[in-house]
This record gives sequence, structure tokens and C-alpha cells, in this order.
Amino acid sequence: MLESAKQLPRSDFLAIEAKGLVKIYGKQRAVDGVDLAIPKGMVYGFLGPNGAGKTTTIRMLATLLKPDAGVAHVLGHDLGKENDEIRSRISLTGQYASIDEDLTGMENLTMMAKLMGYSRREAKMRASELLKAFGLEEAAKRQVKKYSGGMRRRIDIAASIVVTPDLLFLDEPTSGLDPRSRNQVWDIVRMLVGSGTTVLLTTQYLEEADQLADRIAVINKGKIIAEGTSSELKAAVGSGTLNIQLVRPEDRVRAGNLLQQKILTTVHHSGDSASVTAQINDPALVAEAISELAREGIAISDFSFGRPSLDEVFLSLTGHSAEGEADAEEETL
Amino acid sequence: MTDYIEQDASRTVEFPMSETIASSKRPARPTVLATIGAFATRALLRIKHVPEQMFDVTLFPVIFLLMFTYLFGGAIAGSTAEYLQFLLPGILVMTVSQITMYTGIDLNNDIRKGIFDRFRTLPIWLPAALIGALLVDVIRYSIASIIMIGLGLLLGFRPEGGFIGVMGALVLILIFSFSLSWIWTALGLIVRSEKSLMMLSFLVMMPLTFISNVFVDPSTLPSWLQGFVSINPISILATAVRGFMHGTVTAEQIIWVLVVSVILTAIFAPFTMYLYRNKE
Ligand SMILES: Nc1ncnc2c1ncn2[C@@H]1O[C@H](COP(=O)(O)OP(=O)(O)OP(=O)(O)O)[C@@H](O)[C@H]1O
Ligand SMILES: [Mg+2]
Repeated sequence: MLESAKQLPRSDFLAIEAKGLVKIYGKQRAVDGVDLAIPKGMVYGFLGPNGAGKTTTIRMLATLLKPDAGVAHVLGHDLGKENDEIRSRISLTGQYASIDEDLTGMENLTMMAKLMGYSRREAKMRASELLKAFGLEEAAKRQVKKYSGGMRRRIDIAASIVVTPDLLFLDEPTSGLDPRSRNQVWDIVRMLVGSGTTVLLTTQYLEEADQLADRIAVINKGKIIAEGTSSELKAAVGSGTLNIQLVRPEDRVRAGNLLQQKILTTVHHSGDSASVTAQINDPALVAEAISELAREGIAISDFSFGRPSLDEVFLSLTGHSAEGEADAEEETL
Repeated sequence: MTDYIEQDASRTVEFPMSETIASSKRPARPTVLATIGAFATRALLRIKHVPEQMFDVTLFPVIFLLMFTYLFGGAIAGSTAEYLQFLLPGILVMTVSQITMYTGIDLNNDIRKGIFDRFRTLPIWLPAALIGALLVDVIRYSIASIIMIGLGLLLGFRPEGGFIGVMGALVLILIFSFSLSWIWTALGLIVRSEKSLMMLSFLVMMPLTFISNVFVDPSTLPSWLQGFVSINPISILATAVRGFMHGTVTAEQIIWVLVVSVILTAIFAPFTMYLYRNKE
């Protein structure tokens, strides 16, 4: 593994370059050979279910964990050898709020600003500026433990950008937030990218990766199983997906077999016992599929045809849906 | 708990332009002193916001002193006033030594809450985080000591060493406690939970404080126990503190305390820093 250090050329365009990153916990390969090439100035998304290895990968790249194998350059610096240089240009907002809950928002940001080298007066100014920018002005003098989930997330991100980092790691920035707070966080991320920061974020939400990330790496069981823009990933799966909602769940097997035989397509059965999902590349075949079902007396309550969602991408890449995988993970724990 | 919900919903948060979010400049790294100052400020603010954490340095000493003076005073020394002259220095040492473990508990909490990770990704001189916190702890130890000595004086404690003697004793206690704290910071980095750290410190401190000369004159003990008592750091400190307070301290007694403190710091401070840097 070590000799690959020489094979990893430093590139000015890349914020992160990694080759063969591995982290092993006991017998488990939490991260199992991850290669990355993340261009500067974009939002890059890690998408994966619980336990996929997202946090572990991010913590390695943010100098918090030592990889068991592999090499990486972060902002052109050697991970492991030049950690101080890396630390002065990155910032991490962890999966769980990492702020002193007993202190107020203002005190937290002022402390961070002082630790970044601001004088006491400048630190206070920067803290107020950020509180205002993040819509937390009125909560400035309240202890963070009295904040709502969304406010906590914002103060946590604010603490990470007291000095605007060149590279920001956001580990599940919107988990547990309502749609409104989630949109606020998305706005913040877009603004940061607008000001030149590269953002690497992890998410379990397919929609989030779709909306926010310029490129996506789908991670499962410590490995990247697909990488590309959201449309590339969707295209790789096939041009379209037909979702059929049946009136009677007992028709499901018959409907599936019928579609497989007459339209020559692959059929998935998702968690909903009354729905059938089929990959169809030619939109003209959709009408035929529907009429085949009608001819056999299989009643349909609803159907939709569209490009595959990332959920379906995940399904076709792993053979099970992202949510299903999450459940399976919990059972094995 | 409802106020933030109302506030948050009543107003559309309009984030200003990205220029405000982006910092205008990248300041130079803070000096070591400024970094220690920032961490010390944090510890002081925590005392302001969570005054309950001062129970250990205010209530403990009072309860311990009253309890031991009146419970054992009559039985062990015949009279409480007489016993207090012997007991107060020892019990002061015991109390302050025991509250040093809260340093480790605070650090342990920081790690579990992820604040530690944030500090570790900063380009700062890392020991500052611990030193800043420890300096504020030294203030806490002083408060505990002053409360105990004050109460002791009210109860009839009459140090023959006078003000100078008491101050000398206090300085020795603070030096020793600062050194002892490094054990707890190291353990705070090793053990998983606050609970196990409490347990562990109890296991260490109970024998150290009780099998010492804090409560009784060791000459009444079996000889094999006397050996342990005489090398027990708590006894060494208690002897010197007693000496200072009663004006009978010898250079040898002081030097032993300093030697013990230096040894504790030399072992556990670097060990703590090693763990702090390499914690995963
Ligand atoms: N400190 C640790 N000790 C042992 N195992 C660990 C440790 N940290 C992570 N793991 C294991 O490594 C695997 C990957 O964990 P990781 O936290 O990176 O997943 P994740 O993708 O971030 O998941 P989530 O979405 O739940 O946050 C998991 O199976 C986890 O149990
Ligand atoms: Mg995670």
C-alpha cells in the first residue's frame, strides 16, 4: 500500500485525493479500500446507509483517525505527515453537535474565534456577524442546550466556519431536521460553496445528495460502489422506471411475472406489498405494459413513469434499498 | 422549551449574502498564551453557567470537616478542638485530592460530546486545552481550601505557623493537586464513561486517603501497614501541610512533596498528551 504514495500525483484541481483507504475495527473492515478524487469548489456527497463507513472515512480525511492502509492528499498535503497544514485549512462538523452546550451561542463562537487567532474584540465581532448570518441573533445569549435541533446544527456549522475553511466536512448535516431547517442548512452549504469552499458531506438521504451534491459516491459496507453525478448514476441504472400500484396486493406476483414475460424487463418488489417496480428503457413499452395488465384483469390504482430516483439507483446497485439495509444493520448489532 | 419554536417559526430566516459568512481574513495562529487563555475562559464560563459544579469544592469540604471533627473527634483524640489541630490539615489534603478527579470527568465528557474532536482539528498547541482547564481547576482547589480553613478557624483551629504557614501549606496543596490531576486526565482519556472513571478514582483514592496519616497517627498501625503509609503521597503531603500550619515544617518534608509532584507530572502529563493526540 505504501508504495502507492509515489503513484499519487499531487493535483491542483483536487481538494481530496485518496487511494486504498482502509480502517479496520477488530474483524470489521469499516472502510475497505476507498479511492477518491474530489475536485475543488464543489459539493461532494457520500451517500450510504447506517454503518456504511461514511463517518469513518471523513474522520480519517479530517486527521482524526489514522488509516490502517492507504494514502491521501488533502488540499495538496500528505495526510499523516502534514496534518498541521491540513488542520489549518479544513473544518469538521461532526455527526453529533460538537459545541459546549453549557455555554451560550455567542460564547461558543467567541471561543472558537479566539482559538483561530482573533483578538478578543475581533472575536466578538466575528461571532456576532456569524450569529446574525445564521439567524441566531436572538438566541446569542442563550445556552446551546436550550436550542432546537435546527439551531444547534446551525451554530455547529457556524463554529466550523469562523475562519472560512478551504475544505469543510459535514457529517450528516441534516439528520433529524425538519424540512424547513434542512433547507436552511442547504442554503448555508450553497453559500459556502459560492464563496469558494469545497464541501464534503455525508447523508443517508437520497434526496439530499440529489439536490445538493455535484458528485456523489455511493458507499456500502466500506466500499464505494458507484460514483458520478446524480444523472450519471441514474443513467447507469437505466433510462426509466415504471411504478405500478396494484389494487390487490395478491396480484403482485402475477403482475411481476407478466411484465417479465411480455415486456422482457427486470422487476423489483419493494417494501410496499401492493407495488411493482419495473425497469423500462423504451417509454413506448409503458402503454403496452399497462394494457397487458388490464387484459389479465389486474386492477391498477396508480402508476408513474420517470427517471430512476437515487433510491432505485441504490436498489439496483446493492440489491436492496438503502432503508432496508439500515434495518439489516441494526439487527446484526 | 416552546419559546424557540415560536420564535423560529414566526420569522423567515433570511440569510444575508455569502460575503458575511465568508471570513474576511485568515488571522495568524494564536499564541500559546492566548490559546491557554481561551480555554481558561471557557472553564470560567462553565462555572458561571453550571454553578452546581462548585458543590464539590464548597459543600464537600464543609461536610467532610464537620463530619470527621464531630464524629471521630471525641472518640479518637478525646476532644474535638484538640483533634481539629491534627485533623484539619489532613482532611484538607484528602478533600482537595479527591476533587481533582473532576478534571478527568470534565475531559471525559468533552470527548464523549465530540467537543474534543473539534479542538483536535484546530491548528493549535493542543496541551493548551488541558492546561487552561487545569489552571481554572487550581482556582477551584483554592476555593475549597479557603472554605475549609475558614470553617476550621471558626471551629477552633489555631495554626501556630500563622498566616505564612497556612499560605505555604496552601501552595503545597495546589502544586500537588495540579500534578495529581494529570492522573485523572489520563484516565479520563482511557475509560469509556464518567461512571467508570468515578469508580476507578474511588478505588484509587479510598485506600490512599484512608491508609495514610490523615486520620490517625501511623505509630498505632501494624508495621507492614506503616511502610505503606510512609510512602503514600497523601501522607507525605499531609505531613508537610501539617508542618507548615503548625510551624514545624522541615525542608525535607517540603522537598518530598515537590519530588512526588514532579514525578507524577513527569509521568502522567506526557502520557496524557500522548493519549490526547492519538485518541481515535
Ligand atoms: N470506534 C469504533 N469501534 C468499533 N467499530 C466501529 C467504530 N467506529 C465505527 N465502527 C464500525 O464501523 C462501521 C462504519 O461506521 P461509520 O460510523 O463510519 O458508519 P456511517 O456510515 O457513518 O454510519 P451512520 O450513517 O450510522 O453514521 C460500523 O459498522 C461501525 O459499527
Ligand atoms: Mg456516521
